[in-house]
Order: sequence, then structure tokens, then C-alpha cells
Amino acid sequence: MVTGNTNMSGNGQRSFDPSPPYALEARDVNVSYGTSRAVLDVNLKIPEHTIVALIGPSGCGKSTLLRSFNRMNDFVRGAKVTGEILFRDSNIYDKAADPVLLRRQIGMVFQKPNPFPTSIRKNITWGPKINGYQGDYAALVETSLRRAALWDEVSGKLDESGLALSGGQQQRLCIARAIAMDPDVILMDEPCSALDPSSTLKIENLLLELKERFTIVIVTHNMQQARRVSDYTAFMYQGELVEFGPTDGVFETPQQELTRDYVSGRFG
Amino acid sequence: MKKLLFACALFCILITLGIVLVLLSEAVLFFEEVPLLDFITGTIWAPMFEPKSFGVLPLVCGTFLITCGAAIIGLPSGLGVGLFLNDFAPNWLRSIIKPVLEILAGIPTVVYGYFALTVVTPLLQRMSPSVEVFNAASAAMVVGVMVLPMVASLCDDAIRAVPRSIKEAGYALGATKCEVALQVTVPSALSGIVASFILAISRAFGETMAVTLAAGSTPKLTLNPFESVQTLTAYIAQVSTGDTPQGSLEYKSIFAVGMLLLVVTLFFNMLAYYLVKRFRTVTE
Ligand SMILES: Nc1ncnc2c1ncn2[C@@H]1O[C@H](COP(=O)(O)OP(=O)(O)OP(=O)(O)O)[C@@H](O)[C@H]1O
Ligand SMILES: [Mg+2]
Repeated sequence: MVTGNTNMSGNGQRSFDPSPPYALEARDVNVSYGTSRAVLDVNLKIPEHTIVALIGPSGCGKSTLLRSFNRMNDFVRGAKVTGEILFRDSNIYDKAADPVLLRRQIGMVFQKPNPFPTSIRKNITWGPKINGYQGDYAALVETSLRRAALWDEVSGKLDESGLALSGGQQQRLCIARAIAMDPDVILMDEPCSALDPSSTLKIENLLLELKERFTIVIVTHNMQQARRVSDYTAFMYQGELVEFGPTDGVFETPQQELTRDYVSGRFG
Repeated sequence: MKKLLFACALFCILITLGIVLVLLSEAVLFFEEVPLLDFITGTIWAPMFEPKSFGVLPLVCGTFLITCGAAIIGLPSGLGVGLFLNDFAPNWLRSIIKPVLEILAGIPTVVYGYFALTVVTPLLQRMSPSVEVFNAASAAMVVGVMVLPMVASLCDDAIRAVPRSIKEAGYALGATKCEVALQVTVPSALSGIVASFILAISRAFGETMAVTLAAGSTPKLTLNPFESVQTLTAYIAQVSTGDTPQGSLEYKSIFAVGMLLLVVTLFFNMLAYYLVKRFRTVTE
């Protein structure tokens, strides 16, 4: 469901305010690596239970912005984040905020499938286990794999290595692993870029189902994919958020020349 | 050029064969006089006294005591240092620890032995007066420290080879640094870690100088680490440096003991090889 208000300001900039509630809200976010700045003054509201696509040419800061949503940049030496990111009404960069707790609530799926080198079952249960999950693990494994549309393919071999799966299956295993934590938000960084078209299609269909339960932010280089799956699209260029709005609007009636050039494939 | 390289390889093989042959032939002479079974199962080692007795178990026991002690000290701390260097230490600390480890690895073993005798043992004695001047504990401690740099640096390499993406997967699931280090990184680097452990054990097993100095030369079937013991290697050193006449039974006995060392070391190497292969198939 796409709702919100478009405000035209004097200089022709279009700022778009989706309707609340928001799963995440970035306020004046800047990220730098040492002296080089990768994300510049980004303001972005991500509505709950929607899919938001981050697009833009290589090196424009999509991954950097995405990784600032679950504080994965904490592990990058020299990375520094300023500004605020609100999640559940509090700034995740607050001194008192606990990044470990945050990552239980904001899951992540990476570009390259990265299952743990252990069984399919343990791949799913490890996260919940270290976080003290008390429920029925067998049921958790099954529902997570079902939600990731992988159950039918692996139900007979849960104790085999996750690495024995195909690339597309591994990526769905990684999605299942993220789902098993029952997060609010799932961040995905080009989750299909290492996959063949049929695996990609499976994951795209999966995303559409998952947004009933989760909010999804997905980085993609694939313009068709952004159009097919996302409700809102954010276009970034050289660290700045150039345009944000409902996906149809961004692709069909882009307000910025840069956006128009990019979505029509003139550069990228 | 090719011939030269071939000659080098051949040299290597010939030397190995030569050593094994010498060991074997002398050991065979020994076993003509002392039955193999008596050697392996005997509990008294008294080559210098009458009646002579060549039960190797006391030496095996002394070796076992020191190797185990060294392993208990050296392996976990070496792995700990490896983990710390990779996932916890800031750059400046890492740049201090690395060279310190290299210095530690470069200290001659005789210095370790001397250190055990003059520093570690007095400290132990202050804690408990029953500690003998020569004792297995001090030897085990310094041998543990001796193998630590090797374990640390091999573990460091193994851990560094763990893909960043797998660790990130752990962090992204809300795991703490410790949880990721112990439950994701270590299992992923297991083959390298196990290999480093076995190499370290093998090294501790074959260590001679420090244990001769620190543990003394009293072949004794005991598990008390505060008593003096003798290891297989220390016995060989003792006989080789003494004035044992060539051809005597004692003289021959060092070849039997040497043979035993060789067999056990070979076993360790094969074990390492097998385990590394096994773990590799699990993690890849
Ligand atoms: N670990 C890092 N250290 C230093 N600079 C970095 C690091 N990671 C990214 N950068 C820089 O930050 C900028 C943004 O990188 P980022 O990875 O966010 O781009 P991206 O939009 O995700 O690109 P791509 O589409 O190629 O994945 C780039 O200029 C990049 O060189
Ligand atoms: Mg990227």
C-alpha cells in the first residue's frame, strides 16, 4: 500500500513523506570512512510493511546506508556515522543503545549467500539459540524454511551441510535464518546478484509474501527488480539521496534529471 | 637445473632413509637382548644399575606428563592470542603483540630450561615446599610458553582465513563478538587450529633441552608434576653426552627410545594430516 504526501518546494526539489508508521527513519545521516564521505545528509522514512528499494550507480553509498541501519558499519575500521536513525522511537546511535539487541530486531541478508559451514538446521537455530529462544526449535526450523519457500526442497536433509545447497537455495537459507529471529526489518544488499533468473524470481515472489510480516529494505542494481518488488524507491547518487517516492512515480515520472537518466539506463 | 633440484630431493629422501635405517639396525640389536614386550610394558627404567631394567613406561610417563602440561598451558592461550589478534585487538596492540611473539619464538630452548630452573621452580617452591628442585611442572610450563608463539601464529593465520562474510552473518543475527569468535570463527578455522595444536604437541613431545634442565633425569612412573621425571628425549641426551661405551646395552637403548620417538611423532603427523583433511571436507 503506497500512501503519502508529495511536497514541492520552491527550487523544484520533490520531497516525499510516506504515511506513518515508520519502521526506520533516517535524519541527516552522514557516513564517512576516514576522510572520505560515503553518505551525505540522507533523510529517509521507511514505512512499516513495505518494500523500499535503494538504487543508484556503483559506489553511491547504498550498501553503506543500508549497513548503517543495523550498525554493521561498527565493524568497519574508520567508519563513522553521524545523524540519527530512529527505530522503535529511539535513536539507534544513542550512547545507551545496544547494537547487539538492535541486530536481533533488524536482520540482514548479504550479497553473497553466506550460510554457516554447518547443517541446514543449525544455520536456522543458531541465532535464536544464542538469543535464548525458548520455544520449539523443530517448529521454528519448519516455519522459517516454509516462509523462505525452501522447506519442500530441504525437509528431508536438514542435517546436511548448508553449503551443499545451490546458490539460490543457500540465499533462501540465509533469508530463512534471518526470518527465524522474527525481526521487524530485514535489510537486503543485492540478494539476487549472485543468482540465476529462476532463483531470482523465487526470491522476488518470496519478498512480496514476506512484507506482510516484515519491513524490507533492498539494495538492487536491477531496475526491473526494483519495479517488480518495491513499493517505494530511493535513488542515490554520490552519497546523496536524490529522489525518494512511490516506485511507479520514481520510474515513470522522475522529478530529477539525474533520476531520469539513471532509470532510463543512460548511466549506471 | 632440473638435475640439481632432483638431487636436492633425492638427498632429502636418502638422509631420511639413512636415519631410519641406523635407528632400526641399532634398535634391532637392542631388542635381541631386551624383548620388545618387556621394553614396552616394563615399569622400571634402570639402565645404569644392576640389575638393569629397560621398561620404557617411566620415560613415556614423564614425556606424557610434560607434553600434557605444556598442551594445557600452550594450546588454549595460543588460540586465545590468535583470536584476540584478529577480532579484538586494535591495530596498535596487534603491532606490538606480533613482534613480541616472534621474539618469544626466537628464544633458545636452553634459556627456557634455565628460566624454569631459576625462576619458575623457586616460585613453585614458595607456594608448596614439597616441590622438588627438578620437577615436571616447571618444565611443562616453559614448554607450554615455548609452543605458544607457534600456536598463536598458526591460529592467527587460520582465523584470518575465515571469510569476513561468515562472521558478519553471525553479527547480523545479534551475536556478540565473543559468540561469533567462539561459535562461528573457531569452527570455521578448525582445521588450521587442530593442525597447529598437533604440531605444538609434537614439538613439546620432542623438546629436549628445556625438559632435561628443568625436569631432571629421574625415570619415574608418577603423575605428580612436582616430582622429578625423565622424558624419552632427556634420556637420549643424558646417554649421548655421558661416557657410555659404544656397543653397550645402554648405548643401544637410545636407538630403541629414538625409534619410539620417531614412531609417535610420525603418528602425530599422520593424525594432523587426517584431521585437517576431515575438517576441510566439513567446512568447505
Ligand atoms: N570499508 C570501506 N572503507 C573505505 N571506504 C569504503 C568502504 N566501503 C565503502 N567505501 C567507499 O564508500 C563509498 C560507498 O560505497 P558503498 O559500498 O556504500 O557503495 P554501493 O552503492 O553499495 O556500491 P555497489 O553498488 O558497488 O555495491 C564508495 O566510494 C566506497 O569506495
Ligand atoms: Mg554495495
